[in-house]
Amino acid sequence: MNNNGVLKVKNKKLNQGENATGWGFVLPYFASFFLFITIPVILGILLSFTYFDLINTPKFIGLNNFVNLFTADDVFMQQVLPNTLKFALIVGPVGYMLSFLLAWLLAQIPQKPRTVLALLIYSPSMTAGIAMAVMWRIIFSGDSSGYLNSVLLSLNLIDSPIQWLQDPKYLLNIMIIVSLWSSMGIGFLAMLAGVLNINEELYEAAYVDGMSNKFQEIFYITIPTMKPQMLFGAIMSLVATFNAGAIGVQLTGVNPTPQNAGQLIVNHMDDYAFNRWEMGYGAAIAVVLLIMVYLFGMAARKLFGEKE
Amino acid sequence: MAKNAFQGTKINPRKFHKSQIKFYLILIPVAIFMALPIVYIFNHAFKPLDELFAWPPRFFVRKPTFNNFAELFAVSSESNIPVSRYLFNSIIITLSVVLISIVVSSMAGFALSKLKFKFKNSIMFLNNIALMFVGASVAIPRYLVIEKMGLVDSFFVHIFPVLAIPVGLFLIKQFIDQIPNDLIEAAKIDGASNIRIFFSIILPLIKPALATIAIVSFQSVWNDAYISTTYIDRESLKTFAYYMSTLLSSGNVVAGQGISAAGSLIMFLPNLIIFIFMQSKVMNTMAHSGIK
Repeated sequence: MNNNGVLKVKNKKLNQGENATGWGFVLPYFASFFLFITIPVILGILLSFTYFDLINTPKFIGLNNFVNLFTADDVFMQQVLPNTLKFALIVGPVGYMLSFLLAWLLAQIPQKPRTVLALLIYSPSMTAGIAMAVMWRIIFSGDSSGYLNSVLLSLNLIDSPIQWLQDPKYLLNIMIIVSLWSSMGIGFLAMLAGVLNINEELYEAAYVDGMSNKFQEIFYITIPTMKPQMLFGAIMSLVATFNAGAIGVQLTGVNPTPQNAGQLIVNHMDDYAFNRWEMGYGAAIAVVLLIMVYLFGMAARKLFGEKE
Repeated sequence: MAKNAFQGTKINPRKFHKSQIKFYLILIPVAIFMALPIVYIFNHAFKPLDELFAWPPRFFVRKPTFNNFAELFAVSSESNIPVSRYLFNSIIITLSVVLISIVVSSMAGFALSKLKFKFKNSIMFLNNIALMFVGASVAIPRYLVIEKMGLVDSFFVHIFPVLAIPVGLFLIKQFIDQIPNDLIEAAKIDGASNIRIFFSIILPLIKPALATIAIVSFQSVWNDAYISTTYIDRESLKTFAYYMSTLLSSGNVVAGQGISAAGSLIMFLPNLIIFIFMQSKVMNTMAHSGIK
């Protein structure tokens, strides 16, 4: 609304009161946000230009950490980076498409069965962290009494138990499966709500205009209409994917994972920072991670963001 | 006519129709696959010792017993801290974080949505970027901040660093955006202060969003072993999730399995129960989750 000139002076005074109240309301959240998110990010960027062992004061070394990371760190270039990309490029997009597909399918059935099935599909994402690791370690246990091994043995598909979690051949793939299994999280719920909230008249109108099947429905109506939820879902699965770094270490119980088979960028950072106390180098790895997430996030925004 | 052409393509149908069978054919197997590991752990947790050791292992429990739970609580960790202590810590910590983060983010959501103040847009902008924030990436500098603040080895390290949940604030703010400004203007004309408006108009209207934040923060705190591992030395301040992680690293695979499974179940059940009770509220909030 356009304020007229007479009210303006008065508004300014009022605004000062509102300014204080506004800040009063935001302050508790912002304090925690600032202290534990903003400052660490800035500090992390600064540290990445230093050599720092937690005891002596950080020494500025310019871009050395980054140069070393990309030229001298064989483990990073040959294992960690390829692992991370493989993991992220499968778990992110596949998990995301699955979330959308399942949300869409669920929207096609009546509410009661939908609620039950949605709960079952969502339940793995509640088993985050330790409880999930315990469960999968029991199932993938390397001796013949491990559940998967015994099933395969009794079906004669294998002759001797497989060390699922210790064998570099399998570890990364198991991590991908476990992560996909638990990836129907908050983004999935958002997309389900998104599909359900689309105005039915849109579909009716499109069918009148000659739309003839479900695929056209999805691509011309569903996705364009729920773009905001699609973007929210994309960001959530992006963050979940990169946060899932701990999974390999949780499954195997060691960092680094056996022969670095399941080493992701987060584990590599933890390894340098908290096993070798090379904080500056660890921070540089973290900065690379942040940049990766940011770029993927921007790509998602390009894809689903509203054009301005 | 139009209605005829539209038959069979219904989003959110009222009742069953045989055209829906194809959807069930995909959804039911997927749901079973998703639930299997959890069902397995449920069964495992109640298996007596001979069934745990049985070969070939059985999926379902035959003679359920509470032995594993009894044993879980009977063993105390190396430093003689009873398991109930870890559980108690987890409950207190989770309750505090959930409560405080609800208050803190709904206050901020109200201000960002309905009040005018300096830097409001910058804060919202920062928070939107922080939606992409990967917590693990700032482990090092966060450690330094927490150490400088003297929070290492204190009870509060479980609480302060996890209060700001960017997704939570985002969802609450979107939800408050739906509340018409007229409602607030009217209350203002009647002489209500912002604090009064917050408590008697906003809070009652945003219950679904509050339930959602509660679930989001509950899941992240209840399942977290990282803080106990990284910032806490005193065994008496550590959480149940941490205790579970120590069970993992102590090698005794088969014998420990029943106990581990029982522990997993204790970790998992509260998540499930809370979600079942709040699912309709969560879905209501998620309808406003879109990023424009």
